[in-house]
Amino acid sequence: MSVITIERKILEKNYEIANENRKFFKSKKLKVINILSSPGSGKTSILEKLIEELKGKIKIAVIEGDVQTDFDAQRIEKCKVPVVQIVTNGGCHLDAGLVRDALKNLNLDGIDLLIIENVGNLVCPAGYDLGEDFKIVIHSTTEGDDKPLKYPKMFINSQILIINKIDLLEYVNCNIEELKKNALAINPKLRIFETSCFTGQGMSQLCEWLIQLVINN
Amino acid sequence: MHELSISQNIIEIIKENVTENELSKVNKVIIEIGEVSGILPDSLIFCFDIMKLDTPFSSAKMEIKNIPFVVLCNKCKTETKNTTGIRICEKCGNTDTEIISGTEMKITEIELN
Repeated sequence: MSVITIERKILEKNYEIANENRKFFKSKKLKVINILSSPGSGKTSILEKLIEELKGKIKIAVIEGDVQTDFDAQRIEKCKVPVVQIVTNGGCHLDAGLVRDALKNLNLDGIDLLIIENVGNLVCPAGYDLGEDFKIVIHSTTEGDDKPLKYPKMFINSQILIINKIDLLEYVNCNIEELKKNALAINPKLRIFETSCFTGQGMSQLCEWLIQLVINN
Repeated sequence: MHELSISQNIIEIIKENVTENELSKVNKVIIEIGEVSGILPDSLIFCFDIMKLDTPFSSAKMEIKNIPFVVLCNKCKTETKNTTGIRICEKCGNTDTEIISGTEMKITEIELN
C-alpha cells in the first residue's frame, strides 16, 4: 500500500479561473459585484432600481444566472443595459468558468460596473469565487430574522448585507434588530443597507456606495 | 446539492495526482471538510459513490474528516470552538475574531493498494 499525500483545495480549479477573471476585470478597469440570496428576495428588482437610479452616472452591465428561463435577462434588457443570461440547467450556483464563458458574449467597452446576479440559493453560491470584488447577500424581511444563523457560510463570505422589503417589516415576523445581531455575530465586518424596491427607501445610500466604489477604482 | 460538482472536482484531482496505470489501485481518498463549509458529508459520499463508477477506481472509498470551526479572539487570544459559525469570543464577548479553521474543503490523501 502507498499513500499520496497532497494538500489541495477541492475548488482550486474554480479559484484559478476566478483569478483569470479578476485579471480580465482589472484590465478593463471594471468593478464587479456578485449578488446572492434565496429565490424571491428581490435581487432582480433591486437591480432594476439601481440601473434606473444610476443612469447617466455609472455604466452597468449584467450577467444573470438562473436554473431555467431567461426571464431575468428580459427584465434587465428593458432597462437598456448590456445583459447576458446563464442558464445552468439544474446547476445550483454559478462558477468562475460559467462567468468566463458568459463574458465572451458581453460587450464591456466603457462599462464601469459588472453586476452578476447569482442563482437564487442561500447555500451553494457562497462557496464559489467568480473573480468579483464584493459578494453582496440580500436578505428580505419576509424570510424572518434567523437565516444568518441557519446559512452561515453565505454571511461569512459576503461583505455587504442588503435587508430588502423593509417596507413590509410591520406585517411580517421579522425582528430587524435580531436579524442584524445574527448577521453580525456570523460576520462582524458586514456592512448593512436597508432597502425597499416598492418605496425606494435606502436606494440612494446603496447607489452612493456603488458610485464611490467606481470612482475609487 | 453542489456536492455533485464538488465530487467531480475530487475525481479530477485524483486523476491529476495518480499515474494512469495506477488509477485502478486507488482504494481510499481522504477529504477534510470544515463544519461550516456548507457541505453535507453523507451527501458528498453519496455523490462520489455514484460518480466513481465511471472511473478506473470504482471501488475506492471516501473518508471524510470533519474540521471544527474555530475562531481566535484578536483581543484576549482565546480560541472559541463551535459548530454554528458564530464569531463571538466565548471568553470576552469580542466580535473582532479571525477564523482559524472550519470553512475548508481539502483533499489530503490518496491511498493506493
